[in-house]
Amino acid sequence: MEHKSYTLRELMAVNAARQLEDGKSVAVGTGLPLIAAMLAQQTHAPNLVIFFEAGGIAPQLPILPISVGDSRTIHRALCTTTLIDIMDNMRRGFIDYAFLGGAQIDKFGNLNSTMIGNDYERPKVRFPGSGGANDFGSLAWETLIIMDRHSPRRFVEKVDFVTTPGYLYGPGAREEEGLSENTGPSKVITDLSLLDFEPKSKRMRLIATHPGISVDDVIKATGFELIIADEVGTTTPPTAEEIQILHEVIDPQGFVFKK
Amino acid sequence: MEMKILKEGTGEIFCKNTPSEVRNWTRESKPRALKDKRMRIKDAVKKYISDGDYLAIGGFGHIRIPMAIIYEIVRQRIKNLSVAGHTAVQDIDVLMAGGCVSAVDIAYVVGFELRGLSGVQRRLFESGQVKKTDYTNGAMSYRLRAGAQGIPFIPVKVMLGTDTMMHSPGKVVKCPFTGEKVLLLPSLNPDVCILHAHRADMYGNVQIDGHIVKDDLQARASKRVIVTCEELVSTDKIRAEPGRTVIPFFMVDAVIEQPWGSHPGNMPYKYYFDHEFTENYLSVGREENPKAMEAWLDDWVYNLEDYDDYLTKLGAKRLYNLRDLEFLRPPVR
Repeated sequence: MEHKSYTLRELMAVNAARQLEDGKSVAVGTGLPLIAAMLAQQTHAPNLVIFFEAGGIAPQLPILPISVGDSRTIHRALCTTTLIDIMDNMRRGFIDYAFLGGAQIDKFGNLNSTMIGNDYERPKVRFPGSGGANDFGSLAWETLIIMDRHSPRRFVEKVDFVTTPGYLYGPGAREEEGLSENTGPSKVITDLSLLDFEPKSKRMRLIATHPGISVDDVIKATGFELIIADEVGTTTPPTAEEIQILHEVIDPQGFVFKK
Repeated sequence: MEMKILKEGTGEIFCKNTPSEVRNWTRESKPRALKDKRMRIKDAVKKYISDGDYLAIGGFGHIRIPMAIIYEIVRQRIKNLSVAGHTAVQDIDVLMAGGCVSAVDIAYVVGFELRGLSGVQRRLFESGQVKKTDYTNGAMSYRLRAGAQGIPFIPVKVMLGTDTMMHSPGKVVKCPFTGEKVLLLPSLNPDVCILHAHRADMYGNVQIDGHIVKDDLQARASKRVIVTCEELVSTDKIRAEPGRTVIPFFMVDAVIEQPWGSHPGNMPYKYYFDHEFTENYLSVGREENPKAMEAWLDDWVYNLEDYDDYLTKLGAKRLYNLRDLEFLRPPVR
């Protein structure tokens, strides 16, 4: 049953969760990606294995962690280890999905979380940098990207800094640069739409819009030329059960879903 | 046959130690015998940390961070440190607010994760006052692994094709065995590693509960290691479960028993974040007027004799509430 009212963040979380298959593994940070992974575990993917960069493997998360490494990320875990061990597991091929975000994204799914401006020495805004994002985007089989504000300032022709590799400059570019084969971003989930990458050109493609959003709205909010799928679908809104899990089980303190 | 460099970054290498030099230095400078290494934090910082050193910090940003040592470094006004920003949050922020830092290897800094960006770090990085080289968390750990192993560089499969690589000192080459492209990164042997653990004995046998993050590698790669611990235990306790010793005694130079030593950070299985304290600190750092942060540092660092005074200022009630939070119990005090 569809829930009668929901916020955009809830809609994004639910749509991100639905991308995760049961029995696979995912590396996450905090915020929406983690919420998506937790929601997937509580609904269709009980056997989803969660990895945290700081060294937590397969925890039973009691509540949303505030930090990628905090106690909640190792609560009743099966293994606590090191950051390099998580990265090694990923390069060995054990990790199916990684969730990423950023301040800017381009048509090939390259992400910027390092800086705004064109002078590296004197950036207009300095962001945290890669953290584990570049590692995740380089090493996981499939990268899922969450962008919480779909706007021309964030969806840009050229990102100010390629922190994390998408398809770099086009088909074959990842392999050409030495990155692992058969990897790269698969989906982009935004507050307006769901996108993927057209297989031949590796360019971002609109495949679905959220309820009430038109294809034109998405085109206007994108600073580069989008490929539009032959049939653009509509995403399915959250169910009452999903909303209840989000608020009562995952984020009762309202860190992400402000009360 | 010389290896052909296919592409290379422009990032500066801030830590100048090479594994061979560090190996030779170790022969003369690190005692192997069991030796009582207990001392005061004040004395350990004075003895082992100098202006211009390259510092590696244990834990993960605000998890299991050695805050008692961090505050002491600020109190002693140590200058021109280069720091491994291998996810550094509140730890590096306090050091930068205190004017101790001149260069940072950045994997993750500036951000306080869900809590937003740091005003202190934004000002110092955006104005160019603090120098930086970009890496990734994986890259920094790989560099430490090479440092621990005693090899001068390490081939990795991250950063390739990105601006992160172009602003690092990395060099792309073809593997001489398989022909595939790899990125070479310089190893990292910090001058000093500081960390906070759950327990240690007087000789410096260190045990950590839960995730180790990168503390094992940092201790192995660094010349000097200063350890604070929640609890100083007998060596018999260490000998009963030697498989739990993450860092053995001969790597360690100083041991200090310092309960609550990670405040306002989260010490897994001991106490949770002091969220309010961190939020307040962040808001002070975001004020335009630098006097606000100076006043904060006066209150919480300079005008206090040591970390014991800091804990007294916080008060027992506040600390015990953090213990309740850690165990998901409603605070009762």
